[in-house]
Amino acid sequence: MDPFTTHTGIAAPLRLTNVDTDQLVPARFGIRTTRTGWADALLADKRSDPDFVLNHPVHRTATILLAGSDFGTGSSREMAVWALLDHGFRAVVAPRYGDIFRGNALKNGLPAVTLAPHEMERLWELVEREPTCPVTVDLERSEVRGGDLRFGFTLDDHSRWRLLNGVDDIALTLRHSDAIDRYERGRRHTLPTTRPRGEAGAR
Amino acid sequence: MGRTLAEKIWDTHLVHREPGQPDLLYVDLQLLHEVNTPQAFEGLRAAGRTVRRPELTLGTEDHNTPTDDPLRELTSPGAREQVGAMRRNCEEYGIPLYPLGSDRRGIVHVIGPELGLTQPGMTVTCCDSHTTTHGAFGTLAFGIGTSQVEHVLATQTLPLERPRSMRITLDGRLPAGATAKDLILAVIERIGTAGAQGHIVEFAGDAITALSMEGRMTVCNMSVEAGARTGIIAPDETTIDYLRGRPHVPRGDAFEEEAAYWRTLAGDPDAVFDKEVRLDASTVSPRATWGTNPAQSVPLDAVVPHPETFTDREEREAAERALAYMDLSPGTRLTDLAVDVVFIGSCTNGRIEDLREVARVLHGRHVASTVRMLLVPGSEQVRRQAIEEGLDRIFADAGVTLRYSGCSMCVGLNEDRVEPGLRAASTNNRNFEGRQGRGSRTHLVSPAVAAATAVAGRLAAPADLG
Repeated sequence: MDPFTTHTGIAAPLRLTNVDTDQLVPARFGIRTTRTGWADALLADKRSDPDFVLNHPVHRTATILLAGSDFGTGSSREMAVWALLDHGFRAVVAPRYGDIFRGNALKNGLPAVTLAPHEMERLWELVEREPTCPVTVDLERSEVRGGDLRFGFTLDDHSRWRLLNGVDDIALTLRHSDAIDRYERGRRHTLPTTRPRGEAGAR
Repeated sequence: MGRTLAEKIWDTHLVHREPGQPDLLYVDLQLLHEVNTPQAFEGLRAAGRTVRRPELTLGTEDHNTPTDDPLRELTSPGAREQVGAMRRNCEEYGIPLYPLGSDRRGIVHVIGPELGLTQPGMTVTCCDSHTTTHGAFGTLAFGIGTSQVEHVLATQTLPLERPRSMRITLDGRLPAGATAKDLILAVIERIGTAGAQGHIVEFAGDAITALSMEGRMTVCNMSVEAGARTGIIAPDETTIDYLRGRPHVPRGDAFEEEAAYWRTLAGDPDAVFDKEVRLDASTVSPRATWGTNPAQSVPLDAVVPHPETFTDREEREAAERALAYMDLSPGTRLTDLAVDVVFIGSCTNGRIEDLREVARVLHGRHVASTVRMLLVPGSEQVRRQAIEEGLDRIFADAGVTLRYSGCSMCVGLNEDRVEPGLRAASTNNRNFEGRQGRGSRTHLVSPAVAAATAVAGRLAAPADLG
């Protein structure tokens, strides 16, 4: 995972609530086995409308998505995050997220930071008025800036540290291998395994 | 201070705790399907890691698979690639797999419980948001992304921030004609799609206790549609009776010993929840969604609401957008809406009890000529049982074929899709824009309402059929 410290770029105002992961990556694109090559899938049905914000001559180049409440709710599909990254987004700002999406984003080095609805409104107004106005998501200072606007956000220390350092979670956990071994020795021995039982068998 | 059931299960799975960091929890069971896992195995390989506990992992093929003939060649090259990857990965790492053609295959959240792999007090993860289903057994079950799946494969643990706690108490009894599906739709309408965000929801109360395991699974399944991190219901005799005799539970005295342990799994009476909601189940009647998120539902005998009735600006705008997408006018009676497609199935409502309910409604009746109906069991075992009970003959007489199991039209990853602009009554969990196919218009309903709708050709409850 690449470290993220601060990013400045064009922002796209997505004034919609409940943009779920089925909209972010429609199911018909879901039949791929790679982590890359998802750019065409991003919001594909919405983008078929020529007036959609990501078809705007400036906003189509956006690297920061200014989204509405409950962004990324629904399906756990991590493709939603891969598609945002492949399309060029480096950060998402929204008032509220689907829990699984937010976790997936942070695991892929895509900060999904939270601002209040009235702060989003100011940012939307700013980039709708001046589409080329750069917006900054600054993880070191924990703030979003654009024009005269400056809004602080909170992100838990651990997530922030992981993003800033591009930490591999699995490597981090494997440092606790001894604790995992210890836990396994103490597990209830009657817990089930998936080895086939009964009359029918798995492959 | 006392602890909730979820907090107790959390604590017994704690591998490592450090201030300022997420807790590291042990995962007792990880379930895999073909769509969201190839990249996890690729990641594992690229990092030179392996699967720590293949015997605590189970694979199935359900999301992109055909429901007309499980052994025919998959038409989509991408689907073929995903299924191929699933088989290679399970083979290489020694993970048990129920592939197409296996009589134990089915939707991942249907087979875990029916095989007896989902047991009270366990932690379960799966690359699917409806993993919440398993919470019906007093299990702490989390839907996770592909990167987290890789994490569990490599370490059998998952770092998680401890969610807040919420209890939804459902008092009273569901009236005749109302089902678990109507109950959870009423809950989501009440608290909204973000009402349980960041929380583990424990469902309690007389209306929950009275539900079968199938009904409890429907309730926990859709807790994620209220934003919940997961749902949970304390195990009781209904849970134990359901598990007795299942392939992966112990036999005889050993089973009774497990059951004795399961009976101890309950929250403390003085446990304090961060959030409490109460709802009187006796006021719940058959419902249907009118919009494009699962909170947008009303009783079936009501009319499509006017957006102005929503005081919250975001909700009002969402309602306007939903009505435009659904091609609905405020004030229209739901029961006046003609429906083109009826879908019965999914991890929400694809179990044997659901099929029995459908058979009760279809018995002696016929599906309307204007309706295309898909009847997809949640697993091959459910399909087999339906045939053993003679339900397939009732379905055939009504003009509908019992298909093979899979996610089918709930997720639209195979050929089972709703065509653009068509209106569907579906027993699944999401009425999102395009969920059942590009331009699809979905009304979420119970199996009984779906069956009655298929007969009437418009949204209808069984009581409306006369």
